[in-house]
Amino acid sequence: MNWEHKDLLGVRELSREEILFLLESADSFKDISRRDIKKVPALRGKTVITLFYEASTRTRVSFEIAAKRLSADTVNISTGTSSVTKGETLKDTGRNLQSMRPDFIIIRHSMPGAPHMLSRILDSSIINAGDGAHEHPTQALLDLFTIKEKKGTLDGLKIAIVGDIAHSRVARSNIFALKKFDTEITCCAPPTMLPPNLGELGVNIEYSLDKAVIDKDVIMMLRIQKERGGTAYIPSVKEYSNLYCLREEHVSRAKHDVIIMHPGPINRGVEISDQVADGSYSVIIDQVENGVAVRMAVLFLLAGGES
Amino acid sequence: MEGNRILLDEKAMERSINRITHEILEKNHGAGNLSLIGIRTRGVFLAKRVQDKVRAIENRELSLGILDITMYRDDIATLKTPQVKKTDITFNLNDINIVLVDDVLHTGRTTRAAIDAIMDLGRPNTIQLAVLVDRGSRQLPIQPDYTGIFHTAGPKEEIFVKLRETDDRDEVVLTTSL
Repeated sequence: MNWEHKDLLGVRELSREEILFLLESADSFKDISRRDIKKVPALRGKTVITLFYEASTRTRVSFEIAAKRLSADTVNISTGTSSVTKGETLKDTGRNLQSMRPDFIIIRHSMPGAPHMLSRILDSSIINAGDGAHEHPTQALLDLFTIKEKKGTLDGLKIAIVGDIAHSRVARSNIFALKKFDTEITCCAPPTMLPPNLGELGVNIEYSLDKAVIDKDVIMMLRIQKERGGTAYIPSVKEYSNLYCLREEHVSRAKHDVIIMHPGPINRGVEISDQVADGSYSVIIDQVENGVAVRMAVLFLLAGGES
Repeated sequence: MEGNRILLDEKAMERSINRITHEILEKNHGAGNLSLIGIRTRGVFLAKRVQDKVRAIENRELSLGILDITMYRDDIATLKTPQVKKTDITFNLNDINIVLVDDVLHTGRTTRAAIDAIMDLGRPNTIQLAVLVDRGSRQLPIQPDYTGIFHTAGPKEEIFVKLRETDDRDEVVLTTSL
């Protein structure tokens, strides 16, 4: 297999083979984080800029730790304290950063396509850390890594994705990625939170959480995307949680070895109950640990192939 | 046009590994406090053979670790698709004597990467180097402690180590492009 990508803009353009190759590399990188000396020299002398136009805890820290464990130098820009507040455009910010010769720019932006635009005008490798409601490729890759780690395979699994699908880049990237494998995906949400023509992606649609969880190997919960107006699509958060909050009674209807996933941040009592979030079947914390390994693999693979 | 010459056949390779094993045991006064680390891919199979021979000679089981040096290479940017594999060393490296095993020693860069990788995993007492073929042309000040054969390969020469674990037979072949 040859890795041909300079950037990671979405999982949609990755092949099944490329995804498996990346996950296999990530497995080796996971060992680094469990050693006493959590650092390898692989990206020595490389510069990584994280440019986040939206709030983030996990993703930004995860990328920074991943880069540092590969010996890269990292610079973090949060737009609240940058020249963006003085009216600089994304294009200008990108060109100015480029002139300081970073090897990677990791961007999160509320506009779908923002990383793609940067990749067309800049030489640095661009990594999409979330663009609006479009894609969040490293989240999908770490989710696949976690599923594969727990289930041993990605093929033959039944997966429910529950929550604000219409506004969720995590749902979109996961559907793109999981459909490259032999999976059966059921999307579950109130009708207002399901995008039109969702069925064209090859997924089942189920409005009832009670039914959606039956016989599932994996249940992936999503929060309501308040920053994208998610609460306007439901009568009230209380009513939503009455109907769509994952509780132990739901988990018992899934397969006995079901795993419960959530990209975080979780809203306890809204989309997931305390008992489920902290239950033995919850892999939410594993997802975060695996995020560092997967992002190390992404940076490492994109760093190759310059000659 | 290419010319092939066999530097080691199956019998000769067996004798070389036998001798290397005896030299390792002689220098280290037996197999106590000694462990083997093979560099992926063929170094691992050679290390396993040394492990088997030590078992036969001294009736002792040496621990054997597998080292992947990809993350420690100095030329990642030039690799099209850098492929990392698992490092599998489950024993404590502190204060032990390690014999690092590889098939071919050339520039010394792989050995440099392996030493750095080992140092990140612990603080061994010594690291010794065993190679089946030393083909010269070092770019770093690194020398083997145990050598199967030495052959200074010219610029048009290439050395291939074949092992029955991954290839169809045991031999070392010198290929000259004419």
